[in-house]
Amino acid sequence: MNGTVAAITTRALLGRRRFAVLLPLPLLLVGLAALAHSLEPDPVDWGEPIVVSLGFGAVLPLIALVIGTGVLGSEIDDGTILHILATPLRRRDIVLTKLAVAVGITAVASAVPMFLTGLITESARFGLGLAVACAVGSIAYCAVFIALSLLTRRPVLLGLLYLLIWEGVLGNLLSGSRLLSVRQYVVTIAADTTSSDLLNSRVSLPVAIVMSAVFLVGGTVLAVDRLRSFTLTGETT
Amino acid sequence: MNAPSIVELRRVSRWYGNVVAVNDVTMTLGPGVTGLLGPNGAGKTTLLHMMAGFLAPSRGELTVCGQPAWRNPDVYRTLGLVADREAVHGFLTAWEFVLASARMHGLTQPEQAARRALAHMEMLDTQHRRLGTFSKGMRQRTRVAAALVHQPEVLILDEPFNGMDPRQRMHMMGLLHRMADEGATVLFSSHILEEVEQVSGTVQVIVAGRLAASGDYRTIRRLMTHRPHVFTIRSTDDRRLAVALMGQPAVAGVDVGPSGLTVRAGDYGAFARALPKIAVREGLRVQQVTPSDESLESVFAYLVAS
Repeated sequence: MNGTVAAITTRALLGRRRFAVLLPLPLLLVGLAALAHSLEPDPVDWGEPIVVSLGFGAVLPLIALVIGTGVLGSEIDDGTILHILATPLRRRDIVLTKLAVAVGITAVASAVPMFLTGLITESARFGLGLAVACAVGSIAYCAVFIALSLLTRRPVLLGLLYLLIWEGVLGNLLSGSRLLSVRQYVVTIAADTTSSDLLNSRVSLPVAIVMSAVFLVGGTVLAVDRLRSFTLTGETT
Repeated sequence: MNAPSIVELRRVSRWYGNVVAVNDVTMTLGPGVTGLLGPNGAGKTTLLHMMAGFLAPSRGELTVCGQPAWRNPDVYRTLGLVADREAVHGFLTAWEFVLASARMHGLTQPEQAARRALAHMEMLDTQHRRLGTFSKGMRQRTRVAAALVHQPEVLILDEPFNGMDPRQRMHMMGLLHRMADEGATVLFSSHILEEVEQVSGTVQVIVAGRLAASGDYRTIRRLMTHRPHVFTIRSTDDRRLAVALMGQPAVAGVDVGPSGLTVRAGDYGAFARALPKIAVREGLRVQQVTPSDESLESVFAYLVAS
């Protein structure tokens, strides 16, 4: 971890406009849970769609997508990354610092509303389980999205395709695709932690934990390698 | 004794698909200021990016202070870079920006180093203003301060005078000279020949990806024996001198004009030796001899045309 990189990254991230655009998402999640609870206290009918489809299916991954691609991808896009790269800092330290910042902010931005949603839906224990799952999901998602921002110039688009097509569509149709779905790991971890009937896991807990670690390590190693080979493009004048 | 080579390129090429941007360039740079010149699209920026460790050579070897620049962050302990992209975090003040550089370089006294670098760039008065409020020239100076904060042995600048007003340019030129006097190796690119001429006599000229010429541009000009050297000469009797000069094998042509003679000499050395002898023989006094095509602009034009 490098404190200077972490401070610059955090200030840059929180100052970007698209980060502010995300604020309504957690509010919507908590608001909908509160509204549903006020209309029907028993969450059997509305608990799963709000927690899994909206919370784990949209709020967590979209926050992770914006933040994960923002910590490095935005700086690469606008060229401000040179300030950090033209120094002897190890590229591994830069990536790990950026990852830590992204995970921290994503975890807070998603786990807090998910805890509140769980509290409204069922209990504090349920909320805590959802928050833990969000924290694990933040790690896996951010590692993937940071790697994507170094592999392609369209990380947000590719990230969205992964979330919508792979996790959203194929995850429901092909059982094999669930092995590479962070959403499924998150649901499994939440289901195991809370023991709630509202959550149905489709992969086993060991698979969820091991695959989350694989996403973390794989994404980080890939990102470090790509950052080592960071290439300046520009007009050949 | 030759100056030590700090930056070395051995048969370096870089291509993008079928397009060759830099073609088989061998070049050494030692302490002092060197200007990198070339027409648009010649490959200057590609070359600078490779020297700065942000582009891999497709072929050849490139070292800075004896170590490869590519995939080697340690090279930035001795290398400072001011790239052509001027993007900076607008929310940082100049002080925060330069201090962050000092810290990321792992300097033992980052505050002191940042203050010194900002003072070098005469930015102490504006150091607490956000970069987002700066003019292009001031942002450029801040970036130079950040690149200097660790007192690098090698400084690479891509179009450093862009956006600077005349006073800032003069100050920047003075700074580059001071760094060179202190033993640093400074390489800068510019498309404005007057800038290069004022900052450095030593140039590396890139044309169509190849190194077209290297060294002091006045020496380069003298080596272009296929192009007659042009002199403007004034004497006490221009017409008589013109007749006498036409009899010299080294002289290819003479024009007589109201401001003196314009003489085209094929052999620089032979002409320089013959002129005083002719003047003595003819009883003339030569009042002025000015080489009129030894400017960097002429040298550059000849190189690009050939």
